[in-house]
Amino acid sequence: MIWFKKRNSKLTSQQLKDIPEGLWIKCDSCGEIIYKKKLDRNLWVCPNCNFHFKVTSNYYLRIVLDEGTFEIFDENIRSTDPMKFKDRKKYSDRIKAYSNKLSITEAVVVGLGKIDNIPVSIGVMDFRFIGGSMGSVVGERVARAIERAIDKCIPLVIISASGGARMQESILSLMQMAKTGALLSKLDDAGLPYISVLTNPTTAGVMASYASLGDIIIAEPKALLGFAGPRVIQQTIGEELPPGFQSSEFFREHGFVDKIVSRAELRRTIAQVLRYLYRPADTIKSKIFDNE
Amino acid sequence: MPPEFTLHFERPIVELQKKIEEMKVIASRDGVNLNSEILSLENRLNKLKVDIYKNLSRWERVQVARHPRRPNTLDFLNRISSNFIEIHGDRNYRDDPAVVTGFASIGKHKVVVVGQQKGHDANENIKRNFGMMHPEGYRKALRAMKLSEKFRLPVVILIDTPGAYPGIGAEERGQAEAIARNIREMSRLKTPIVISIIGEGASGGALGIGVGDVILMFENAWFSVISPEGCAAILFRDKTAAPQSAEALKINAYDLLELGVIDEIIPEPPGGAHSDCIIAAKNLKTAITQKIEELIAIPLDELLRLRIEKYRRMGVFKEV
Repeated sequence: MIWFKKRNSKLTSQQLKDIPEGLWIKCDSCGEIIYKKKLDRNLWVCPNCNFHFKVTSNYYLRIVLDEGTFEIFDENIRSTDPMKFKDRKKYSDRIKAYSNKLSITEAVVVGLGKIDNIPVSIGVMDFRFIGGSMGSVVGERVARAIERAIDKCIPLVIISASGGARMQESILSLMQMAKTGALLSKLDDAGLPYISVLTNPTTAGVMASYASLGDIIIAEPKALLGFAGPRVIQQTIGEELPPGFQSSEFFREHGFVDKIVSRAELRRTIAQVLRYLYRPADTIKSKIFDNE
Repeated sequence: MPPEFTLHFERPIVELQKKIEEMKVIASRDGVNLNSEILSLENRLNKLKVDIYKNLSRWERVQVARHPRRPNTLDFLNRISSNFIEIHGDRNYRDDPAVVTGFASIGKHKVVVVGQQKGHDANENIKRNFGMMHPEGYRKALRAMKLSEKFRLPVVILIDTPGAYPGIGAEERGQAEAIARNIREMSRLKTPIVISIIGEGASGGALGIGVGDVILMFENAWFSVISPEGCAAILFRDKTAAPQSAEALKINAYDLLELGVIDEIIPEPPGGAHSDCIIAAKNLKTAITQKIEELIAIPLDELLRLRIEKYRRMGVFKEV
């Protein structure tokens, strides 16, 4: 019904470009105008150019985990405003505004679940929440996800999407890089697998800590990755950046990403890799989902 | 070294210094005894330095940390250590001159040193890339630290960087990966690590050689998730808001001690480290030596447990 109604309204594609929240969506990469339902059926991947739209943390949990296996943890860990930070707006107000607007309480969701029947400790970041920035809460939730993997002798999977450390928590945000990195050394010592999935965008403090420390690093196609943002680099060197600079493909070529995997193949690829890396019989009996 | 560089709040100090110099010239030229006048002016000078430096704003301290005459890693190494043997290269790509690594003796302790190296003038700074490391610099640092582990030498780290270098080559060679790996490997390096922030401690660029058992920090140094200018541009949307953003970020040694991020403040002479390098170096040496002695007394597995716990505790949140 609505389909026809829209068609009859004779909107030109130029007009459609100005309506991102409608039935039609313009691809950020190739400019193609795509019918929203079609895009949704295609896991929010542009059918024309394979550009992967940003999706929510819940969306990833749904497409990666076995149905009904996700158990959320650490949802009760929330931000305070340790610096009493205020720029153009108070940080505490920002946090409130984002929590009210979104159905999530912070920029990462963590818990336990199964991928093709393999138990995992999982964390998924959400770019909508202050640019997926990492403050004390993101750091603590990720830290507990790592510890849960160690405690239960199961693999760790983190799907990242982040602009970096959260400036409003200043040095404490920087220290979350050290906190998560230090705990990942324990996971590594325990011989447990960690798969890091990089989505658009994963940069700065998150890229320079846990996102880069996976035993296997998978990236979605055409994601913006890297340490410094492209604008900062451009301002520093004073020249144009080459096309494709800091894309997933760029980092695959330079040896920092193992595989570029389309969203539709993500779940299967993680499961396949884990079948090689994770052998529960060799480790202490997996404690997940029993005796609890 | 630049002959003159005066921060705006240092002007009264410089003026008084000039006056004292003039008086000394007059005294020797005319053969008059001005000793008591000179002495009283010198006392006034010391008091003035103390007063001015005591009341500096956070942003003004950032200026002190960036002072072109502020002693850098090699200046300090020359004063606090002997028999320094520099080692070069990451055994992979090239030698990064923005970081200095090597073996040195500090007092009776043989150590491995890793320090970010700035210059005092344009030429030196170009050579040292202003203390901004590339990925091969972080890998060079890690190589030196792995040697320290193998040969059971404590690591002494001096941090002084405006940030890891943001450039095309740095991204091609994995700046993020290099920093991330160092963070993880330093957290489990089987030897004591003493870190001193001697000037600027900018974000991931500092943290990439900044995980250890003890973090010391000079009184006028800064350490932050982002530079005050960067924060001003992004959050305040105003490049001139650096002073406000320095206040909001709380980036000074006193702030970080209160937050439990650093362990101890190393005092600077009145007038800042650049006004008396000898005293600054002496204070640094005393602090580092004391920490090395404390750390080598701790059994290794206990040391490693404490190190991870130290970072595990960091962060402020509530559980609802």
